[in-house]
Amino acid sequence: MGILQIVIVIAILVLLVKPAGSYLYHVFSNEPNRTDRIFGGLERGIFRLGGLSKREDMSWKRYAVSFLTTNIVLVAFGYLILRLQGALPLNPGGIGKMEQTLAFNTVISFITNTNLQHYSGETGVSYFSQMAVMTMLMFTSAAGGFSVAVAFVRGITGRKSLGNFFEDFVKAHTRVFIPLALLVTLLLIGLQVPQTLKPTLEVTTLEGQTQQIAVGPVASLESIKHIGTNGGGFFGANSAHPFENPSPLTNVIEILSMWLLPASLPYMYGRFARNKRQGWMIFSAMMTLFVLLLGLNFYAESQGNPAINAMGIDASQGSMEGKEVRFGIAQSALFTTVTTAATTGSVNNMHDTLTPLGEITPLALMMLNNVFGGKGVGLINMLMYAILGVFLCGLMVGRTPEFLGRKIEAREMKLIAIAILIHPLIILVPTAGAFLTDLGQGSISNPGFHGLTQVLYEYTSSAANNGSGFEGLADNTSFWNMTTGVVMLLGRYVSIIAMLAVAGSMIRKKAVPETIGTFRTDNGLFTGILIGTVLIIGALTFLPVIVLGPVAEYLTLR
Amino acid sequence: MSTVSKKKLLTGPILQNALKESFIKLNPVTLIKNPVMFVVELGTFIVLLMILAPGYFNARDTVGFNITVFFILLFTVLFANFAEALAEGRGKAQADTLKKTKQEISANKLTAGTVKIVPSSELKKGDVVIVSQGELIPGDGEVIEGLASVDESAITGESAPVIKEAGGDFNSVTGGTRVVSDEIKVRITSDPGESFLDRMISLVEGAKRQKTPNEIALNTLLISLTIIFMIVVVTLRPIAAYLEIELDIPVLIALLVCLIPTTIGGLLSAIGIAGMDRVTQFNVLAMSGKAVEAAGDINTMILDKTGTITFGNRMASELIPASRESTEELAVWAAVSSVKDETPEGRSVIELVKRLGYSYAPGLEADGAFIEFRAETRMSGMDLSDGRKVRKGAVDSIKRWVTSQGGLIPDNLEQGAGSIAGKGGTPLAVAVDNRIYGLIYLKDTVKPGMKERFDELRKMGIKTIMCTGDNPLTAATIAAEAGVDGFIAESTPEDKIEVIRREQREGKLVAMTGDGTNDAPALAQADVGLAMNSGTSAAKEAANMVDLDSDPSKIIEVVSIGKQLLMTRGALTTFSIANDIAKYFAIIPAMFTLAIPEMKVLNIMGLGSPSSAILSALVFNAVIIPLLIPLAMKGVSYKPMSSIKLLRQNIVIYGLGGVLVPFIGIKLIDLLVSIWI
Repeated sequence: MGILQIVIVIAILVLLVKPAGSYLYHVFSNEPNRTDRIFGGLERGIFRLGGLSKREDMSWKRYAVSFLTTNIVLVAFGYLILRLQGALPLNPGGIGKMEQTLAFNTVISFITNTNLQHYSGETGVSYFSQMAVMTMLMFTSAAGGFSVAVAFVRGITGRKSLGNFFEDFVKAHTRVFIPLALLVTLLLIGLQVPQTLKPTLEVTTLEGQTQQIAVGPVASLESIKHIGTNGGGFFGANSAHPFENPSPLTNVIEILSMWLLPASLPYMYGRFARNKRQGWMIFSAMMTLFVLLLGLNFYAESQGNPAINAMGIDASQGSMEGKEVRFGIAQSALFTTVTTAATTGSVNNMHDTLTPLGEITPLALMMLNNVFGGKGVGLINMLMYAILGVFLCGLMVGRTPEFLGRKIEAREMKLIAIAILIHPLIILVPTAGAFLTDLGQGSISNPGFHGLTQVLYEYTSSAANNGSGFEGLADNTSFWNMTTGVVMLLGRYVSIIAMLAVAGSMIRKKAVPETIGTFRTDNGLFTGILIGTVLIIGALTFLPVIVLGPVAEYLTLR
Repeated sequence: MSTVSKKKLLTGPILQNALKESFIKLNPVTLIKNPVMFVVELGTFIVLLMILAPGYFNARDTVGFNITVFFILLFTVLFANFAEALAEGRGKAQADTLKKTKQEISANKLTAGTVKIVPSSELKKGDVVIVSQGELIPGDGEVIEGLASVDESAITGESAPVIKEAGGDFNSVTGGTRVVSDEIKVRITSDPGESFLDRMISLVEGAKRQKTPNEIALNTLLISLTIIFMIVVVTLRPIAAYLEIELDIPVLIALLVCLIPTTIGGLLSAIGIAGMDRVTQFNVLAMSGKAVEAAGDINTMILDKTGTITFGNRMASELIPASRESTEELAVWAAVSSVKDETPEGRSVIELVKRLGYSYAPGLEADGAFIEFRAETRMSGMDLSDGRKVRKGAVDSIKRWVTSQGGLIPDNLEQGAGSIAGKGGTPLAVAVDNRIYGLIYLKDTVKPGMKERFDELRKMGIKTIMCTGDNPLTAATIAAEAGVDGFIAESTPEDKIEVIRREQREGKLVAMTGDGTNDAPALAQADVGLAMNSGTSAAKEAANMVDLDSDPSKIIEVVSIGKQLLMTRGALTTFSIANDIAKYFAIIPAMFTLAIPEMKVLNIMGLGSPSSAILSALVFNAVIIPLLIPLAMKGVSYKPMSSIKLLRQNIVIYGLGGVLVPFIGIKLIDLLVSIWI
């Protein structure tokens, strides 16, 4: 039954990939199409307001600078609001200003699409902040990442230019995120997710005591939280909270809304490359890794916790600690896998209480950061591994390696080297650093192997811009706010800029026509090579820490 | 090739020298050019310090283990150095022989009508020298007067002398070669130190060897992998310390060295040098490694018809008897007319007759007078002693000759001649006095095996284009017969450049061969230009490769060598990186089993003890380098096939092999090591 639920959701996703991918292609190919009639007028208005009537093609540098400048402006805006929220309207709870390092961490967390939350939504932010900072940044960070991914795809597939950042950014809002968010919001409201500006409800319980029930504009945040693969919950308990995710049906809707766009991007890429098979091969590589890791989590959780099993407690339901009864093992395992694959970071069960082997799934997906991935970054990373795989194996056909007809040379390798270096660097170095300091060690709630995983998870989640919390770690301290803030920044921008530069350099190259002697990237053999490259270069890096954390915990617990 | 002797892979002196060089190359100043091996050396040094000052490092209990690690690490670096030295050795040995050629030569310099004897090192561009029989030519130049046969064996290894004469495409001479007959006047074309020989020496010596673009890109990847694993290993110590697992520094260094791509790092430059060397051994001189790599990437190859695809001489291929005449009769007279004809055409007629199994009465031609071919008559043949006159020649001329003697023209002659010409061949009529016996079909013969070669090229994805001065009809026939993909008839050198530019506009890489001065612009325009050593110095300057044997069809082999070079690099990189899986499985459990006994289930190879596991992985990592030296030097075997098949095959051998081999290797070494530990 559990497996059937999983299979159905995956099947729905696969069916939606082609229409969604085609739609995305039409949005960003900038060729006239039917949707222009619906959105064209609105966009023209926005462009005129922004003084963007010309919208010239941009070089990779201009594209990157435009992206960064937009982000800097948004960060400044968000930081001010969080610091001033006490004096701003729509604050029925009378919540005061946010502490400096927490505001720093929170703004970075949202601008980088991470949504690591060191605050608690119910008590830490006003409704105004929820809407003007959290929800707004959820849109812009997703649209920004999407734009960069599209520019990258245009570059490596040799379109005439990388495009115009502002045009992409606006179109991502008007044609993708806003319509989808509206749709999902309405669906969620229909399925009884609250959407209100009323203050926290005070009710009298049957025992006669009073209870505070937090409500608010939940549905609107919930929809973009998933569509934009953001993950910051309205409530501290995130999607495990019954108001955020009341039923298995909303659970499936939330899974699909965070998964669909990242999963459609490979198809869109195939359309850009004028070779749909290219897209499907990338998709298959992602799906293979996804299913393997999902299988691991599902299996481990179904087996239950050996320590509890040893006490003679019935484990036929699996390990339900930290899980919601309304979701069960299958829907929790699927949610955990999708949320970390798509770097959303919302949770419908507590990852801290996953079984040791089950912990490997979210960790590994964030360490790879390319199995679907969030808002375009996953596709960029996977294509980076594709280029790497082509470079390693392409030599074996006796030609200078080329990807989509463009030679991979020293400049591209240098930029890719930066991108593959940064991820282990910003995960392992801060993790080691945290263990060297009392500030870091002091926050661990379960010492030993699990404590190691807690710290590792926190930085991995930050580096991958995932934002899911392992929880259990007392992370709202200056130390954690500052270090994870820096990690999130580096995790987001270094690889984005490097990969935009790769696109800029690839687009200038003349494409070599394909012959029988060319290394083909649209067949099953290539999918195999891609998976191999991801596993050997991406995964082996983290093997020692995985062994010391989850594996050691598993082995000692058996 | 006549110089097989120098192609032996290993000789005593080269080996000895390489051994010596392996130690000299330990110098960190030079080793830093190879960052992967530099990291290993750094690790070796740290372990050495721990051995020398165990008290300071608190490593008294592990001195024995550390000493073992030290030696394995040292040998890892030495093996890598040895591979490089060995690859360089062959080039050096060859350079030494060339240097002997480059001794000081005295030149007879001609200044204002008088001859002055000066040392060759004082000759400048534009000087004119006289070289007589038995003398060495003092510098590169062009013959401006006279004709001489020159022994170029010092450079080409070919002992038969070649003719050099003023004017035309055979006027270039190379310094250090010897005039064996006659006397020539030579205008020097290179300044001291820049001669062909100088360049050749520095090339084979590898002194000017620069990293090729692909090598730089690969090196970048190897460096970043090294940095990644350094991050992994350096951070592992504090992380493990949190769990109260103390990791010894030598163990961490062992892990690092096993994980960084030492195999490919150690062999990378050897592969490059050996690839260049294979080209040189093939008597082709590549001006840079970049050119050899580019050869592997070629999409289009432009080949001259004459000399490359065909023998360049028309050869008799068929006998077509006139009506009412027998083939046998025709064969007899064709043979008689050609028996004293020393032209290639004449000899080919005799060969054809023999091949067809006909014979003629010997003695028939005895005492006959040979009539040579003349432009006016356009016939040649034999006046027999019995008075009969045998002729073969152009159909029109023979017709006129026969009619003038009152003979009749066979009714199928015109048609036969027309059909031969239609197929691009040349018809020769054979007549005795007033009787025409038939036609000889002379045709441009495609060299044996060319069709197969072009098929192979097609399988590699390379398009071939034939250039010829022939008319379109002839060109089409030869093109179809040879199986080239396209041809340009009545081509001029400008046409060649145009074709090259057209292909390059489509993003293709083009290779071509040439020898004449008028080929120079096209050779320069092409991505890979192979000039013939017999060609003009302008052609040689413009090309990025020179074939010392002057065999234009060698370009095909050069492409294979280029591909093989890239493949070897890719195969060993893949192998090296795939090895990491097994090494992890050897070392990780070994590192942690003492602190976490449950970890022993990860020891899937069943290695004896933690220290034997670490040492085995390290030993495997070291010995795989010398074991792979022969592969790096010879290159992986390459048969032309489609890229998909090739890739599948190589992935299985080097990818899958790279995953499995170390599991077996480490286990076997562990069985041996466990005897001691």
